[in-house]
Amino acid sequence: MDFNQSADENLFDHARIIGKPHTRVDGALKVTGTAPYAYERHDVVENPLVGYPLGSSIAKGHITRMDATAARNAEGVAAVITTLDIDELPRAESNVAKLFGGDMIEHYHQAIAVVVADTLEQARAATSLIEVEYEEIPGEFDLDDAWKRLQDRDVVSHVGDVDAAFESAEITLDETYYTASQSHAMMEPHATIADWCDGKNMTLWTSNQMIEWTRQALATTFEIDADTIRLESPYIGGGFGGKLWLRADAVLAALGSRETGRPVKVALPRSFIFNNATHRSGTVQRLRIAANRDGRITAFDHAAISHTLPGGSGEDAVNQTRCFYAGENRRVAHHAIDMNLPESADMRAPGEASGLAALEIAMDEMAEKLGMDPVEFRILNDTQVNPEEPSKRYSDRHFVECLRKGAEGFNWSARNTTPGSKREGQWLIGQGMAGAYRGAPTLDSGARVRLSEGRLIVETDMTDIGTGSYTIIAQTAAETMGLEMDDVEVRLGNSAYPAASGSGGQMGAASSTAGVYAACVALQGEITKRLGVESARFESGQVVAGGKRVALRDVAQNEELVGEDTLHFGDFKDELEIGTFAAHFVEVAVHAYTGETRLRRTLSVVDAGRILNPVTARSQVIGGMTMATGAALTEGLNIDSQRGYFTNHDLAGYEIAVHADIPEQEVIFLDTQDGASTPLKAKGVGELGICGGAAAVANAMYNATGIRLRDYPMTLDRMLDRLPGA
Amino acid sequence: MTSTTTFEKHRESATTRSAVALSINGQRHELELDNRTTLLDTLREHLKLTGSKKGCDLGQCGACTVYINGKRVNACLTLAVMHQDDEITTIEGVGDVEHMDPMQQAFIDNDAFQCGYCTPGQICSAKATLDEIRAGIPSHVTKELTGPIEISDEEIRERMSGNLCRCGAYANILKAINQVAKDQIVKDQVAKERS
Amino acid sequence: MKAFSYERIDDAAQAAARAFEVPGSKFIAGGTNLLDLMKHEIEVPPHLIDITRTGLDDITETGEGGVRIGALVSNTALAANERIRCDYPVLSRALFSGASGQLRNKASTGGNLLQRTRCPYFYDTAMPCNKRAPGAGCAALDEGADTRQLGVIGTSEHCIATHPSDMAVALRVLDAEVETITPQGQTRRLTLDEFYRLPGDTPDVENVLEPGEIITGVVLPAPVGGRQQYYKVRDRASYAFALVSVALIETDDGKGRVALGGVAHKPWRRDEADAELGNGAKAVMAKLLDGARPTDENAYKLTLAERTLAALLAKE
Repeated sequence: MDFNQSADENLFDHARIIGKPHTRVDGALKVTGTAPYAYERHDVVENPLVGYPLGSSIAKGHITRMDATAARNAEGVAAVITTLDIDELPRAESNVAKLFGGDMIEHYHQAIAVVVADTLEQARAATSLIEVEYEEIPGEFDLDDAWKRLQDRDVVSHVGDVDAAFESAEITLDETYYTASQSHAMMEPHATIADWCDGKNMTLWTSNQMIEWTRQALATTFEIDADTIRLESPYIGGGFGGKLWLRADAVLAALGSRETGRPVKVALPRSFIFNNATHRSGTVQRLRIAANRDGRITAFDHAAISHTLPGGSGEDAVNQTRCFYAGENRRVAHHAIDMNLPESADMRAPGEASGLAALEIAMDEMAEKLGMDPVEFRILNDTQVNPEEPSKRYSDRHFVECLRKGAEGFNWSARNTTPGSKREGQWLIGQGMAGAYRGAPTLDSGARVRLSEGRLIVETDMTDIGTGSYTIIAQTAAETMGLEMDDVEVRLGNSAYPAASGSGGQMGAASSTAGVYAACVALQGEITKRLGVESARFESGQVVAGGKRVALRDVAQNEELVGEDTLHFGDFKDELEIGTFAAHFVEVAVHAYTGETRLRRTLSVVDAGRILNPVTARSQVIGGMTMATGAALTEGLNIDSQRGYFTNHDLAGYEIAVHADIPEQEVIFLDTQDGASTPLKAKGVGELGICGGAAAVANAMYNATGIRLRDYPMTLDRMLDRLPGA
Repeated sequence: MTSTTTFEKHRESATTRSAVALSINGQRHELELDNRTTLLDTLREHLKLTGSKKGCDLGQCGACTVYINGKRVNACLTLAVMHQDDEITTIEGVGDVEHMDPMQQAFIDNDAFQCGYCTPGQICSAKATLDEIRAGIPSHVTKELTGPIEISDEEIRERMSGNLCRCGAYANILKAINQVAKDQIVKDQVAKERS
Repeated sequence: MKAFSYERIDDAAQAAARAFEVPGSKFIAGGTNLLDLMKHEIEVPPHLIDITRTGLDDITETGEGGVRIGALVSNTALAANERIRCDYPVLSRALFSGASGQLRNKASTGGNLLQRTRCPYFYDTAMPCNKRAPGAGCAALDEGADTRQLGVIGTSEHCIATHPSDMAVALRVLDAEVETITPQGQTRRLTLDEFYRLPGDTPDVENVLEPGEIITGVVLPAPVGGRQQYYKVRDRASYAFALVSVALIETDDGKGRVALGGVAHKPWRRDEADAELGNGAKAVMAKLLDGARPTDENAYKLTLAERTLAALLAKE
């Protein structure tokens, strides 16, 4: 099916199931511990061997010698494969860091060996028997130093005349902001069971967000035909972008299986999530804003730096500044600097999460300079077109409504406007807000639906990483086919199924449901053909055509009817700005003596097209807000700037938010409809929640204390000496 | 000082496996294990009870929470061989798809999870949280150490803090626990009135 | 984790004797720190002696009006004990501020005292650490190191690690004593100050326990009463190690005691600092943290300690 123009009124505007609250269809499996995750597939493989990786203990250099004799002789060990045993594996397009093979070390905890043994205990113990000698090359690991050295900026875009605008501006802001490197820290580590016993056909049971990308990446990496590779990833214990790619778990499991002729399973040890897998790069960002005294922004100048391994793109923190607010003159520059830290790559809202963390503090600072309410300042600078390219209009943008509804719902007008002046006992109380923007991309998505005995099975390689794909896909299919939720079974995450968008860039929900819709329409075509009618309605489990009603289960008896299609998104979208918007409001308490900061309540008002399922969408938004809370207050990968690695590589050292950090979180959906997005008029919300959230916390902290922090995470040591105490 | 070689000699000559009998979800299991095997790996690998999850293997995430003799613990930080005759309950013993525990149902009702990986641990901790409050065990946030303890949002949040959820379902988990707590209070009252 | 032999011994004296017999033996009770150290091969005992059923899990009255806590009493049981809650509330508070419900259920009193540092370089076996591998050097003292969580006082040029226990800070302020039995069957009683060592040039030796010597309990003297508080400051609201913690007892005679956690290789207390309590937090810290040698990254702990104490003193 081609989607070549904005959707008009359609069945989803009169929905029974889509847009209505439904609890998760996979809920019962998850709460009983019976949903099978990658490492637990006792149902598909009997007694696999266990692989355990060894990581490099230096950041940059070469391995000059490895001796695995003792490991090979250790009890239970079936094989040891060292990185010197094979040539460097070719890198798939999506992989920046090398995954295995050869003597070169690019980052700390790069996988340099895998021990395959009968048990985990044996494999793990044997890894420490491997002797490794390195030739170390000193590296540079200080982003702020790199920023200070930076002479020429890689200007991404420049519209108007920014320098002139600043010269003539009445009010200007010029500040530098810092965001920390962050880890996805998903609860399930990367894990794979590989069966490549015959060295010909490879089957992987893995934990991966993008089935088809990863199948292709495996084909490139091992230089084999993609058709010989099968992937299953039906349940994924969190990804957040960390499982978009082929990673060491799958590579080492596959190598181990080929070597031993046995299935092999590998889970990355927790420390590897921080230094072997990918992370979000920290940034340094200089933001300048110019405005007229009436509050109208005349110019933005945003430059940022982030780190990457050679060949990567870092964290593009300036992207949103190009289009979020009005202003005639704008310049953004993004510099990705090469550093031999682990691979920096996509993490939930790559770019925007970091960029808005800075921009939305800057907006707060600018509003203060102007003596304006930060909500009104944003409203005044709203735009319905892309300010870089005014002919390109927003397909559907209700940011102002988000701001107004949020202000009303949060009772913003009653807030204390003098920073540092509201106190309850030893706590300083403050409120802050921030705007949020994130693009709403879509990717072509396919699905297959099979109707048999009135029951519908949906198959697509789309994944559910906790996002609710199972549920919204069931809703889409039930809605389109006139069935009930119980009549639909959804099967996901299998390379045997038609390729879908996968889960990334908050495009999964919108794209994959559109693909399922297309497949259902194809099935409808099959059914009408059977019945010999031109068109039909599908309702209450029946086909209604030409005055006749036929139960779906009677359309084809003892036979399965199949519909398969891919929804192709047309070029018309390129002429529009399609985005999602939100306003976050936060109240915090900051301890006047110690600087401990605790959230008291949050409200997010969200404009993200049709909300397919308010239950799962709400969870995405509060989950994003929770991650934003971590980003604001506690999360930062600490870099040993001489040795070049993240030191806090466990879940005690890298502090994600815990229960006690999270207060009541309210979410309001505007439930708009964006016909330019998909036939369901839906857009994603999975990344919107983390966008701007950290800045809302930061702005609330400023309101509480009168101390402006520009350095994330905003831990107490950054403000301690400026707090009032008594 | 004893040299490391003496250690290694002992390690090579000694038996490093042991027999142990555990009662898991009411069923007795006699096992012969590598001494190094954690209770978690015993459950997941040897008994194929994969409901208890491995998130960190270091006691830093809570995904492996199970009950030993009625108390919640991290199964990754204890050796199976130390639990001769102990009663162990895992999520599989809490309830299955056909016979769910009210807490499991409350998690579904309140969308108290997303990816589901931390969920069995959260549910085990959630039940223990209510039990511990009922047993009068204070917490970090209990105002008076010696007074009665009210079930409050603050108490639940603090007691649940040993279970990380990266999807950020905390606010919904709180609702689920409150739902069960409320039902229990109603039930307790009804039982009281009847007696 | 290296392979090890395992036995359970249900009598403390016998366990001590047996540990002496098998060099490198470790006792295991809660296991909540030992096992993660063993997984990292920071601890590599060839033999484990399970002492969980030695019966040292009672809390009893002493003849002197105090309380004797068995070494195996779990952190939960200790914190929730009626007598402790009423008469030694700072201990309950400290325990409840540590770890998680699950860990407190398993962790024992003796094991809590013997927790090892959470220094990130101690925990990463690829890094030089004098505590883990004597003579290897200290990565935390090198240029560019991550030291935000590390020690500011009582440190040495060989180690700047801290002791992570909350319980021990409360015990220090309560003048508790550690009770042990040696492999020869002799019992010892040591104050916490005597029990713990500063790193000096042997940071690997953290306490004065002799090979095979086993902690059998902790003895609390008769209650001192007064207002007892424990304030643990950390980045997130729960389930995190302290940046700084303060245990404070203010007695009715206007005197008091104060001990710090998160700043040193042992719970940190000085008599001369206690004597300054009437003069406010600044005066106390001038004495308590005199001689501190923080890094650029952890100098905030000095301010934080003072402010945390000030917050406690100011509480209604």
